[in-house]
Amino acid sequence: MIPASFDYVEAENADAAIAALTEHGDEAKLMAGGHSLIPLMKFRLTTPQVVVDIGRINDLSYINDGGDHIAIGALTRHMAVETSDVLKAQAPILAHVASHVGDPSVRHRGTLGGSLAHGDPASDLPAAILALNATLVAKGPNGQREISASDFFTGFLETALASDEMLTEIRVPKVPDAGWSYQKFNRRAQDWAIVGVAAVSNGSTNVAMVNMGHTPLRSAAVEAALAGGASAADAAAVAAEGLTPPEDLNGDAEYRSHLARVLVGRALGEAMS
Amino acid sequence: MTAVMGTPMKRKEDPKLLTGEGKFVDDIHVHGELWMGMVRSTMAHAKINAIDTAEAAGMPGVHSVFTGTQLQEMGLWAAPLPCAWPVTEDMLNPPHFPTASEVVHHVGDIVAVVLADSRYRAADAAEMVVVDYEPLPAVASIEDAIAGEKLAHAGLGTNKAFHWPLIPDPDALEAAFANATHVVKGEFVQQRLIPAAMEPRGVLAIPSPAGGDITLYTSTQVPHILKVMLAATTGISESKLRIIAPAVGGGFGAKLNVNPDESLAVTLANKLSRPVRWTETRSEAAFSTHQGRGQKQTMEIAADENGKILGVRAHIDADMGAYMMLITPGVPLLGSFLYTGVYDVPAFGFTCDGYFTNLTPTDAYRGAGRPEASYAIERVMDMLSYEVGVTPEEIRRRNYLAGGGEFENLEVASTLVFDSGNYSPNLDMALDMAKMAELRAEQQRRRDAGDKKQLGIGLCTYVEICGLAPSRALAGLNYGAGGWEAGTVRLLPTGKVEVVSGSTPHGQGHETAWSQIVADKLGIDPADITVLHSDTAISPLGMDTYGSRSLAVGGVAIAMACDKVIDKARLIAAHQLEANPDDLDFEAGRFGVKGSPDKGLLIQEIAFGAFTAHNLPDGMEPNLNEQMIFDPPNFAFPFGTHVAVVEVDEDTGETELIDYIAIDDCGNHVNPLIIEGQVHGGIVQGVAQALYEGAEYDAEGNCKNPSLMDYLVPSPTEVPNIQTGYTYTPSTSNPLGVKGVGEAGTIGSAAAVINAICDALRPHGITDMSMPATPMKVWKAINSADSTANNGGGQ
Amino acid sequence: MQVETTVNGKAMSADVEPRTLLVHYLRDELELTGTNVGCDTSSCGACTVHIDGESVKSCTMLAAQARGAEITTIEGMASADGTLHPMQAAFMECHGLQCGYCTPGMVMAASSLLKENPNPTEQEVREGLEGNLCRCTGYHNIVKSVLTAAGGA
Repeated sequence: MIPASFDYVEAENADAAIAALTEHGDEAKLMAGGHSLIPLMKFRLTTPQVVVDIGRINDLSYINDGGDHIAIGALTRHMAVETSDVLKAQAPILAHVASHVGDPSVRHRGTLGGSLAHGDPASDLPAAILALNATLVAKGPNGQREISASDFFTGFLETALASDEMLTEIRVPKVPDAGWSYQKFNRRAQDWAIVGVAAVSNGSTNVAMVNMGHTPLRSAAVEAALAGGASAADAAAVAAEGLTPPEDLNGDAEYRSHLARVLVGRALGEAMS
Repeated sequence: MTAVMGTPMKRKEDPKLLTGEGKFVDDIHVHGELWMGMVRSTMAHAKINAIDTAEAAGMPGVHSVFTGTQLQEMGLWAAPLPCAWPVTEDMLNPPHFPTASEVVHHVGDIVAVVLADSRYRAADAAEMVVVDYEPLPAVASIEDAIAGEKLAHAGLGTNKAFHWPLIPDPDALEAAFANATHVVKGEFVQQRLIPAAMEPRGVLAIPSPAGGDITLYTSTQVPHILKVMLAATTGISESKLRIIAPAVGGGFGAKLNVNPDESLAVTLANKLSRPVRWTETRSEAAFSTHQGRGQKQTMEIAADENGKILGVRAHIDADMGAYMMLITPGVPLLGSFLYTGVYDVPAFGFTCDGYFTNLTPTDAYRGAGRPEASYAIERVMDMLSYEVGVTPEEIRRRNYLAGGGEFENLEVASTLVFDSGNYSPNLDMALDMAKMAELRAEQQRRRDAGDKKQLGIGLCTYVEICGLAPSRALAGLNYGAGGWEAGTVRLLPTGKVEVVSGSTPHGQGHETAWSQIVADKLGIDPADITVLHSDTAISPLGMDTYGSRSLAVGGVAIAMACDKVIDKARLIAAHQLEANPDDLDFEAGRFGVKGSPDKGLLIQEIAFGAFTAHNLPDGMEPNLNEQMIFDPPNFAFPFGTHVAVVEVDEDTGETELIDYIAIDDCGNHVNPLIIEGQVHGGIVQGVAQALYEGAEYDAEGNCKNPSLMDYLVPSPTEVPNIQTGYTYTPSTSNPLGVKGVGEAGTIGSAAAVINAICDALRPHGITDMSMPATPMKVWKAINSADSTANNGGGQ
Repeated sequence: MQVETTVNGKAMSADVEPRTLLVHYLRDELELTGTNVGCDTSSCGACTVHIDGESVKSCTMLAAQARGAEITTIEGMASADGTLHPMQAAFMECHGLQCGYCTPGMVMAASSLLKENPNPTEQEVREGLEGNLCRCTGYHNIVKSVLTAAGGA
């Protein structure tokens, strides 16, 4: 299991990376920690002609207080997110969810931005980003723009990023007093969620799910039920409504739908108590 | 010197393995080596219309590309790959060559081989070989095979490879069931398992620069058997083949075969006069290394009103996969004799039908036939206990052989003679350590409280058959080899000892355990003992490692070789001390003259004297260099009681194994540390079968979970610490009184875990759960049982 | 491309293709074969090494990404005089290895774990090693080894 040959370009900063993307178009892939990309390349499920290594752009690895939000550089590693005192205080669900990604060795290399930009419907971090209603900052040849988390995941392994754009920063609102919960159901600790549910309760309650559709998603049905005054148990009962969960050896649609109801119930119980 | 046998000596193997100095096949490189890249069939059953190798052949670094047909025409093989266990006279065995020529019979069948100058270039070139297949109907499951509408091998006209019966007294069996108060029937599936030794297999064949000899480094459990079989199937003389198993990263049965890659490496190296190598990738291993289990079992037990067993009847349909590998058809038979477990069964019948499918071949995997047997009998014993209305432990006690007391050489219904056993004390110890009464009280408390996490307690009292030998018994099973093992003990002029082992380790710690045996026998410091093994040039005689046989046959051979050394040394000592041999005591490495404490000779001194040969008794051969080839009079039958404690989350169906108690009896102990490790690892492989693992195939015969991302080998977070304990019932099959322990854990654990789950789910009326008991499966069972109950149940 | 690194304290360099995985750079170019490959999917951890002091799966990293890094492999754990690293010694003491194939990765992952959490509970050890698979030991003695190293180191 060896990647197909490619040209390697090291980007010293975001502008250089964007320039490389502009030059090579669809033939190029950005690589941050490489923990989403390299496995696909080893199986030759993706064979980019050019790999643009952005992993050395140190000025995109930070966790800063941005006033009403915490700004996290896209190249911040999972382990840094997991162990950040600032995040533990201001957006604890994100630090907690980061601790559920893969295993410690994976978390030493994988990055928050890399994971989000990969757009895997089963990965953990999108759940926290969606439930926190974070804002993602993308930079392209014409400058930068902000994308709401709920608009970011557009399809299976697809995001709102244009082919010449790069994710540079993730802004999560400060919610030090919010109730929160992440319920990840899997077989082995290192595995992806069979279903994962994140809830953040801060006045209103946001509920996000992973591996319940072709993208990570906000649970419109549950949130609407809660907004309409439904109890947590009643809201949990509609968790699978309108969704088309994936089917695999770990779960068919019926079981995933059931898990979604159970896990939303548990998440709401924890977040809203 | 104090005794070292029976002590937890630290392993001699460890320093190398802990510092990266252990050399596995892929660590060994030679100049000029060519990497094989295997082009494997992507279809389970298809005709090969054409293979285009032009693009691959023109790629940089590519030496050559051969299709299966070309290799066949090159005359590389004298015979197909071997099956050494034709279980019946009329067993079907379609020819299995290292590469397919006209038709592929499973996904992964090799259709072409690329040779290139690097790992990377071989992978690149193999991708560029284009194969045009014409699909044929694929037998994608044993159900497909039994239905027989599609044929795995069109030329055979049937999928059934053999029918094998073992029914000592058919009339008695019929009568037992006719007269029974209770008849309980269980239908179980032993799902296919991917062995997944952590080291993928690999080969490196090096032709000698002169003389035409070939050395094959291979990740194998069976260098000696492999040598014979490669000689027979390649036509290369045995004398020109040297097989070396360097550090081998686990085997579990998966490395006891004669594989296409091994044959290809040897024959291509021979043909091209270049070193040829290959290392399996993990995702390839689901197709390039045999799998385990793959059986459907029908198990019936007849009992009187008290639950006393009257008869046991078992039938299995066994999935051979696409071809008969080395011992494929024999695996189910290894279990056949144990479907009566540790119980006094008056009447017994067993039948097995072997079927071909278009799936990866099956063969031995940890326990090989015995975990399946243990599972079947221990599951139906639990079912019988419910039926009779007694506890699982009580139904077992009522049926133990010899009334639960100690015995030696007891004949059982399947016609075997168990060497020794004593089951009740072993069960008692397990129940004590598990605190069974407290567990049952907690279970009841949770049931009464309607707790969402229900407790289940599962029991298994297993017996296994190990120490494969005796050769005559294997002959009776039509096995194509003997069961002896060789050991040599040489005292060197320096006073150190060289031990040559016929059995070959791959993690079991032979170097340590054999050193302990020899140290104890000869009174020599274990540090002065070197154990040589796993190289047919150094250890030319051996029958290798499988079936928990190393200690019970090979370790015993070494102990007996030590006895020969001592006998000879005694004569030399007597000669030199001018004493009668019978007047010499041998203690702590010294021959002393009785009554004259000052007069004596160390065995090292005698060794030097035997080497110089200056002063030996008349006619005696120089040197202390003794070989023993041991062929035991009987198998050994380890046993034990395992208790699994599980929590089943009724909301999600998730099972958590929260405690595990194992009381094993493997006779006398050589190294308790090593025994403990074998038990732990074995248990987790059985737990893995019960809860996590299973090769899944689609209707076209594609494996859906070949990688370790999808094939769920448990990680540290899925298993608890394991509580262990031992009873000690010495074997009567060998002078050390030892029994094997490598497979025992696996043989006991799957049934214990599933019995525990069924115990937890009893309030729902659930009586069985198939393996692996995934959360989805368990939740669906609860959901369906509850909705049936809510709808008025058995309408 | 030229990939220069410091491995076990020594400056190393090799000319490799950009696609070369770090594990193959170590094994095939630098001939440090103690780091093993057990899977294709970052699942098993047999290839675990330290990059700048942290455990990393070297099969999921390009050699190019490691340029300039301080790499420690299993060969660099024992002292020059052969004294085993406390984690290696604990594995030997507690019979934390059998076939030894997963062992280098286990030792590297476990020693990284203790750097981040010097006094872990049994559960924390299991979670810390969640990305490392072993087929021989059932993990019991591996966990015991790590706890022993934590207590005695």
